[in-house]
Amino acid sequence: MNGSPYILSENNSVTVVMLKVLAALIPGVIAQVWFFGPGILVSLSLCALFAIGFEAFILLMRGIPLKPFLSDGSVLLTACLLALAMPTLAPWWLYLVGVFFAVVVAKHLYGGLGQNLFNPAMVGYAALIVSFPVYMTQWAAPVGVAHVTPNLWEAFDLVFAGGGSISPDAYTSATVLDTWKTQVRQGLGAAEILGQPIFGRAGGRGQEIVALMYLGGGLLLVSNRLATWHIPFAFLAGIAATAGVLHLVEPARHAGPLFHLLSGGAMLGAFFIATDPVTAASTPLGKLIYAGLAGFLTVIIRAYGGYPDGVAFAVLLMNVAVPFIDAYTQPRVFGHKHGGKRGKP
Amino acid sequence: MISRESRDILYNGLWKQNPGIVQILGLCPLLAISSNVVNALSLGLATTLVMAVSSGSVAVIRNVIPHEIRIPAFVLIIAALVTVVELAMHAWVHALYVVLGVFLPLITTNCIVLARVEAFASKRSTAHSMLDATAMGLGLTGVLVSLGAMREIVGKGTLFSGIDLALGPMAKGWVIPVIPDYHGLLLAILPPGAFIGLGLLIALRNVLQERGSR
Repeated sequence: MNGSPYILSENNSVTVVMLKVLAALIPGVIAQVWFFGPGILVSLSLCALFAIGFEAFILLMRGIPLKPFLSDGSVLLTACLLALAMPTLAPWWLYLVGVFFAVVVAKHLYGGLGQNLFNPAMVGYAALIVSFPVYMTQWAAPVGVAHVTPNLWEAFDLVFAGGGSISPDAYTSATVLDTWKTQVRQGLGAAEILGQPIFGRAGGRGQEIVALMYLGGGLLLVSNRLATWHIPFAFLAGIAATAGVLHLVEPARHAGPLFHLLSGGAMLGAFFIATDPVTAASTPLGKLIYAGLAGFLTVIIRAYGGYPDGVAFAVLLMNVAVPFIDAYTQPRVFGHKHGGKRGKP
Repeated sequence: MISRESRDILYNGLWKQNPGIVQILGLCPLLAISSNVVNALSLGLATTLVMAVSSGSVAVIRNVIPHEIRIPAFVLIIAALVTVVELAMHAWVHALYVVLGVFLPLITTNCIVLARVEAFASKRSTAHSMLDATAMGLGLTGVLVSLGAMREIVGKGTLFSGIDLALGPMAKGWVIPVIPDYHGLLLAILPPGAFIGLGLLIALRNVLQERGSR
C-alpha cells in the first residue's frame, strides 16, 4: 500500500495510509464548501454511510470478519472519492447506486480489497454517467453565480425530498468543460465563452481554487512518500502536452493546457484516483506510461468524446492495460541482464 | 414412458450443460439481444427451432456425409434453415424481424448450433438428436429470457415491453409495469448490463449446483 522500499515505511498499515490520504483531501473539501456551499458535506457523509453499509453487508455474506476490513478505511476513501467526483445536491438514490457499483460490483465481485482490476470510485462514476446523464451533469453553481446557494438544511432537503419549490436551475449549472464543449460546437468564440460568469481566471470559477487545493494536498502525499511522483507528474504532463498540442493546432476549438489542468477531475484524478495502488501500474517506467496515457486519453475524451469529463474513462481504460504494462516494464533485477526474464521477475 | 437416455439428454441441455451459463456458447446474440424479454424469447425460440430441425436433418444423413467435408455440409444445412426462418419472420412478424435485425441471419454462425450438430447429431439417432437440440435450445432460451427479464426490470421497470411487435397490436396493453414511476437504470440495457447480468446468472447457477450436490 506504499511506495517501495517497504523497509523504510514505518507504521504505514492500510488504515494509516487511508487516513492520511483522506486528510490530504480536506483542503479541497473546505474550498468546495467555501465556493459551492455545504452540499458536498451531505454527499460525502451519505456516500460514506452507504459504503460502510454495503461493505458490511458483503463481508457478512462472504463470511469475512467485519472489524479489520471495515476499519481499514479503504471503503471510506472510495466513497469520498466518488462523492467528490459526483455533483452535489443530487437525489439520494444516485449516491446509493453509485456506491453500490463502486463497492459491490467493482470491489467485492472482483474479490475485495487488493483484487479489483478497476478503480472502484471510477466504476461507480462511469456507471452513473452512462445511466443518468441528466443528474450527473447538474453541478452546483459557484457562490455568486447561483441565484441561491442551499445551506446545510436546504441541501439535506434537496437530496432527500427533491427540494420541491426550488427549481434546479436556480442552484445548478453545467461544468465549464461541458459549457466549453457545447458552445464551441455552437460556433461561439473562445473569448466569448471564457467571459461568462462560471469561468474563473484559468478554469471554472471556484473550481480552479478547489483544484489547486487538491494539488496542495496531493503534493503533501508525495512528499510524505504515500505516493511516488511518477503517476501525478505523468498524468498532468500527459494532459498538459495533449491539450497544448491541440490548442496550438486549433485554438478556436480547444482550450489551453491550464484550463484542462484546473477544470473537471484532473487534479483529483492525478493525485488521488490514478494513484490507487491496487489498480495502477507498479513499476516506475510502467507508472509513467500508465499515467501519461491516461492524461492523453482524458484530453482526447474531453475534446472529441460525448461525455463532458474524461478522467474516469481514461483511468478505467488504462486500468485494463496495467497487467500488460507491468509485464513489459519490469526493472532489471540486480545480477541479471536486462530483458533476460521479461514478464517473469 | 420417457427413457433414461432421453431424460439425461433433457437434463444436460436444460441444466447440467446449459449452453448459456455452463458452456458459455452463443454469447453474441445472448448479450446483444437480451435487453428485454420479448426480444430474448423470440430469438431464443427462433434459435431453438433452427437447432432442432438442423440437428434432425444432419442426423438423418449422418452416414452419407463424407467425414472430411462434414463442417461445410453442416453449415450449408444450418444456413438454409436459418434463411427459411428469417423469411418466415419477415413475412409474418415483420416488426419483430426489424428489431432482431442482423441477429437472425447470425444464428447460422451461432456456435451452439454447430456445436450440437457436430458433437451430437452427427453421431446419434435422429430422435435423440432432435431432443438434444431442443433441450439445448430451450436451455439457451431460458437463460436469454432470465437475462432479458433482469435487464428489462432493472433498466426500464417493465416486463414484456414491445410484445405488440410479436403478437400484433392487440397485445399493446400486455406490458407489465413492474416498478411504476421508475427512472430506469440505463446501464442495465446497455452492453455492460448484459455482462454483469450474465455473470450474476452464472454465479447463481454455481451456488444452486453447489447446494444441490452437498
